[in-house]
Amino acid sequence: MYAKQLRFLIPLLSLLSALAVSSLIMVLADRDPLMIFGKMFHATFGSSYGTGQVVFRMTTLLLVGLAAAIPFQVRLFNIGAEGQLLMGAFAAAMTGAMLPATIPSFLAIPLCLFSAMAAGAGWALLAGALKVQFGVNEVIGTIMLNFIAQAITGYLLTYHFALPSTVHTAPIATAATISTFDKVTGWFANAPANLSTLLAIGLALLLWIMLFRSRFGYEMRAAGLQPDAARYGGINAGVQSLTAMGIGGAVAGLGAANIVLGYKHYYEAGMSDGIGFTGIAVALLAGAHPLWIILSALFFGFLEYGGLTVNSWIPKDIFMIIEAMTIILVISFTALGKRFS
Amino acid sequence: MAVAVRLSAVSKKFGSFAANNNISLSVEEGTIHAIVGENGAGKSTLTKMIYGMHRPTSGELSIKEKAVRFTSPREAIKAGIGMVHQHFMLIPELSVAENIILGHEECGLFRPLPLERAKALIRKEAEAYGLAVDPDAPVATLSIGQQQRVEILKLLFRHAEIMIFDEPTAVLTPSETERLFITLRALRDRGKSIILITHKLDEVLAVADTVSVMRKGEIVATMPGSSATKEELAQMMVGRSVLLSVTNPAATPGEILLAINNLSYRTTRGELKVQSLSLNVRAGEIYGIAGVEGNGQSELLQTLWGLAPEGTIISGTATLKGVSIIGKRPGDIALMGISCIPEDRLLHAVITEYTVSENLLFGRHREHSFHRGIGFNGHAIKHYAEEMITDYAIRCSSPGSQSLGSLSGGNQQKVVFAREMNRPGISLLILAQPTRGVDIGAIETIHNKIIEARHTGMAILLVSSELEEIIALSTRIGCIYKGAIRHEFSQEEVELKRVAEHEFQKEIGLHIT
Repeated sequence: MYAKQLRFLIPLLSLLSALAVSSLIMVLADRDPLMIFGKMFHATFGSSYGTGQVVFRMTTLLLVGLAAAIPFQVRLFNIGAEGQLLMGAFAAAMTGAMLPATIPSFLAIPLCLFSAMAAGAGWALLAGALKVQFGVNEVIGTIMLNFIAQAITGYLLTYHFALPSTVHTAPIATAATISTFDKVTGWFANAPANLSTLLAIGLALLLWIMLFRSRFGYEMRAAGLQPDAARYGGINAGVQSLTAMGIGGAVAGLGAANIVLGYKHYYEAGMSDGIGFTGIAVALLAGAHPLWIILSALFFGFLEYGGLTVNSWIPKDIFMIIEAMTIILVISFTALGKRFS
Repeated sequence: MAVAVRLSAVSKKFGSFAANNNISLSVEEGTIHAIVGENGAGKSTLTKMIYGMHRPTSGELSIKEKAVRFTSPREAIKAGIGMVHQHFMLIPELSVAENIILGHEECGLFRPLPLERAKALIRKEAEAYGLAVDPDAPVATLSIGQQQRVEILKLLFRHAEIMIFDEPTAVLTPSETERLFITLRALRDRGKSIILITHKLDEVLAVADTVSVMRKGEIVATMPGSSATKEELAQMMVGRSVLLSVTNPAATPGEILLAINNLSYRTTRGELKVQSLSLNVRAGEIYGIAGVEGNGQSELLQTLWGLAPEGTIISGTATLKGVSIIGKRPGDIALMGISCIPEDRLLHAVITEYTVSENLLFGRHREHSFHRGIGFNGHAIKHYAEEMITDYAIRCSSPGSQSLGSLSGGNQQKVVFAREMNRPGISLLILAQPTRGVDIGAIETIHNKIIEARHTGMAILLVSSELEEIIALSTRIGCIYKGAIRHEFSQEEVELKRVAEHEFQKEIGLHIT
């Protein structure tokens, strides 16, 4: 079918065009793009450490990508994954730090993850409730809540929970940490990639099944596609909006599994580094499809870490140009495709 | 007399659908020419072609005997055509004078606006046409009738000679309507040519010099307003040339299932759409509601399916087997044993992006038989879909992967029918315009299924604007007019009169206008 082919072609074409244009920029800046891309590949997928770094970034990106994609099924734009991730990470770190030293892992990890999800979901639901109850545009709601989340976590960290002369909280209980692949399987030597990657991929699969194989997703997608018809069919569009936002926020909060439980083991100022916003791009490139988001997150993870590795030859900002351009092209090509079919 | 607008064999196709088919029409200068027809008859498409919003697929349009080919409304406006849309094109925050000059400022980019000229026009024309408004008032503070006057002033400011009014009275109170007619006559007397789109027949008779009736994209008749009668126009609007051949054996109605008593429906804007409507439907009968659209049918249906917008005031009762329906939500109403086929299939009954199978589930997706574990039971759904497809002769190749939007209108409607008629345990079936936009073959299938459902003892409420359908199927007929059942034909009467269908249509026409 024509439409199916377009779904593959459009992202691919956008990606290639973006790479071509950025190569041109590199040439204009008097750099050899082939050399730079070569070095980039070598430093990422060419070494087990580099691959581990990409996988580590991919994991958070996958989660925040899903956080944007699920609300998108009901036509809501969740721009708030950043704030939801911050709240989740902070909640997980606090829970982890408060656990007694004797607690077993099978309790400690779920407790931390649960508090991360609850914090993220609560933050997203606030925007959802504002939308459903008062008609506050969710884009504005989530963006504003990002600022508030930043301020709250910043205040709590600085004035109450930061260890003296540091910008991070006390470390979480050892039982609450998630091991790196290096420790468990010996993969990705010394890289921060940890077992929460499996959790994230499992979650993407689960959400895919829920969205496309269950009544839950059937109702949610119907409410997004044709809200009037959904009402006729006995589906409450408001409830669907809240559920989608809640799930999105919970998934964003789960990013804490990767960055807090799996990597830093505490909450640190600026640890999310705007990755929540990249999640929107991850979801857009994948057409908000949970399974495609895995690939899309991998690609963005590659650009993010790869950019760092070649920073001494070309500013890593060039890769932000590639990211942004890919998204703009995906959207434009999709509109063009619709016009011609 | 000179001809202001002439259409010669004009057609407009959207895909394979002909919204306007081979239309020839002349609007004479200095007359009010009304075009009547039901929703979807093609009136809007016709006016949009004259106003340059649509380009004709074939045929020729000429303005004042000069052939034209408009590519945009801008060109139509230049040629002296103006349009008052049903939904006003005004900017509420700006004043009357500012709205009047909008898009026709005729001054340099950084020069002062010709507001004085607009104000002078208002002063000059207000008296002559009965268009008094305060030029400095923000449009948001005006009543609907006054806003319409601003729209007319806009046309005068642009020197429009040909004015198109799209359902101008739909939003007006009776006294505002009277006033509008005075304005229309004054405009005509000063040589303007007016095209009036409406489906309200009283208005046509009150104000039109010439009337054209449209049906299914064609002009079926044009006559002088003075010689037209309401009954004749109504019959031409809703009558059908297609022969409906459904055998309708005598019904044996049982107990009353649906009882509606003194039902009234007042919108948030205070309009009374249904007033003291009472009717009941028995088991094993089809109660047909005949009427011209816009007489409260939609609001009655909304009430019965729990979709009245928030803030609507509903009084009176509607019960199924003694249990009240009013105030319940669609899902709960379905659980009471009610099934509903809505007026607007595409908007309400289907998700076009979903597959045929998924649509066969829509609204029934909570039924246990379709589930297994956390997901759907693919096997059960496949089996059910195949059964429905054979039973209702739905033409589709692969129900599990083909999107509903790719089916023809008739087959889409069959999907909706199959789904709604097979709900377990239903006792009341509400059918609104069941065969609208459906091809003749599908109509026959659907009609036979309706009679079949009646035999099983269901109570059926049928709302249709097609008299032929009402007469062919109904056990009893209620004529709805201005939100109330104005006349009811008993079972004996219907069975007796069905034989002389043409006469019966005329008689019903009398009660619905």
